[in-house]
Amino acid sequence: MGQVMSQAVMQAKLWYAQRISAMILGLCVSIHLVIIFYAIRGGLTAEEILGRTQGNIAFAIFYEIFVLACFVHAPIGLANILEETFSKRFISKALSSLLAVLIFILGTTAVIGVYTGGAL
Amino acid sequence: MSNSELKVKVWRGTQEGAFVEYLVPRNPNQTVLDVVTFIQRKLDPTLSYRFACRVGMCGSCAMTVNGVARWTCRTHVSQIVEGDSLEIAPLNNLPVIKDLATDMREFFNKWKGAVGFFKGDATRHDDFARVEPESPERQLANAGIECIGCGVCYSSCEVVQSRPNYLGPAALNRAWTLTNDVRDVQQLDRLRAVAGDEGCHACHTQGSCTERCPKKLEPTASIAGLKKLVARAAVRGSKWGKL
Repeated sequence: MGQVMSQAVMQAKLWYAQRISAMILGLCVSIHLVIIFYAIRGGLTAEEILGRTQGNIAFAIFYEIFVLACFVHAPIGLANILEETFSKRFISKALSSLLAVLIFILGTTAVIGVYTGGAL
Repeated sequence: MSNSELKVKVWRGTQEGAFVEYLVPRNPNQTVLDVVTFIQRKLDPTLSYRFACRVGMCGSCAMTVNGVARWTCRTHVSQIVEGDSLEIAPLNNLPVIKDLATDMREFFNKWKGAVGFFKGDATRHDDFARVEPESPERQLANAGIECIGCGVCYSSCEVVQSRPNYLGPAALNRAWTLTNDVRDVQQLDRLRAVAGDEGCHACHTQGSCTERCPKKLEPTASIAGLKKLVARAAVRGSKWGKL
């Protein structure tokens, strides 16, 4: 009973984390879309993008928050789907952890990349 | 139209079985329950089905009509007939006993499982509990209290279908109603019962229960209320204690 309950508590906490990260994502995606529309006026070049992002700490912080929200949100959702489909906790845990690590590393690398302009 | 005939396919058998077609005279203001009753009285007395009040109060005559779970007593043939044919099957997601009668035991056991019953601590010697009609709790309880347990939502729920242990919309709706009953004394047990894999967080918010509920209740909203309450209790504790 204790284990079942602690699992239920964990699930409820994860649901909360996913809900809050969804709110952050909603905001981030809207801002991101506006930036995209702004960025593509008159063509899209690497220089233009890096010109805006390089050394711009506000850009870097915004996109790192975006990455962290994805890092929380997507793996929980994937774990739920996998668990409902295969009902094997091992598979859902392994794959969602892998996804979490990938999102975090690739996302953060990209943020550092556009901030430093590839200098690192 | 009153002179024509309806082609009615009715499920005969148990879990295994087949649809059998009957020809039933078409009448004005005829309900689906009238059709089933005609078949049993005039065409085949071995047909089994369940009904009691015939006026939408008891919740015993729900069946799957043209693929959708409904009360047969409050569904006029004219509302749903496709050409001249009807298909009448037992409710989904419940074991079939015979023909159109399902075994509702699991459905009601899940109400019990969700602590979907009232328990107070006042006796006959105590004064009446005073619950302000306008208080938020009373209003929230009101929203879901008219459920009569017909099983239409349960039979329409995709999550119940894919996850047979899921408590289901009716049980969770009742649990939510009771979490808003200020006189009830088993709140923490109830929160524990509706947490976890088989509880409120399994709901996909697809809303079939709300769409199909003949009483126009919103189990989806009740379940959303439970999700928030349980999650808060898991993170910060609740006014009744820690989960």
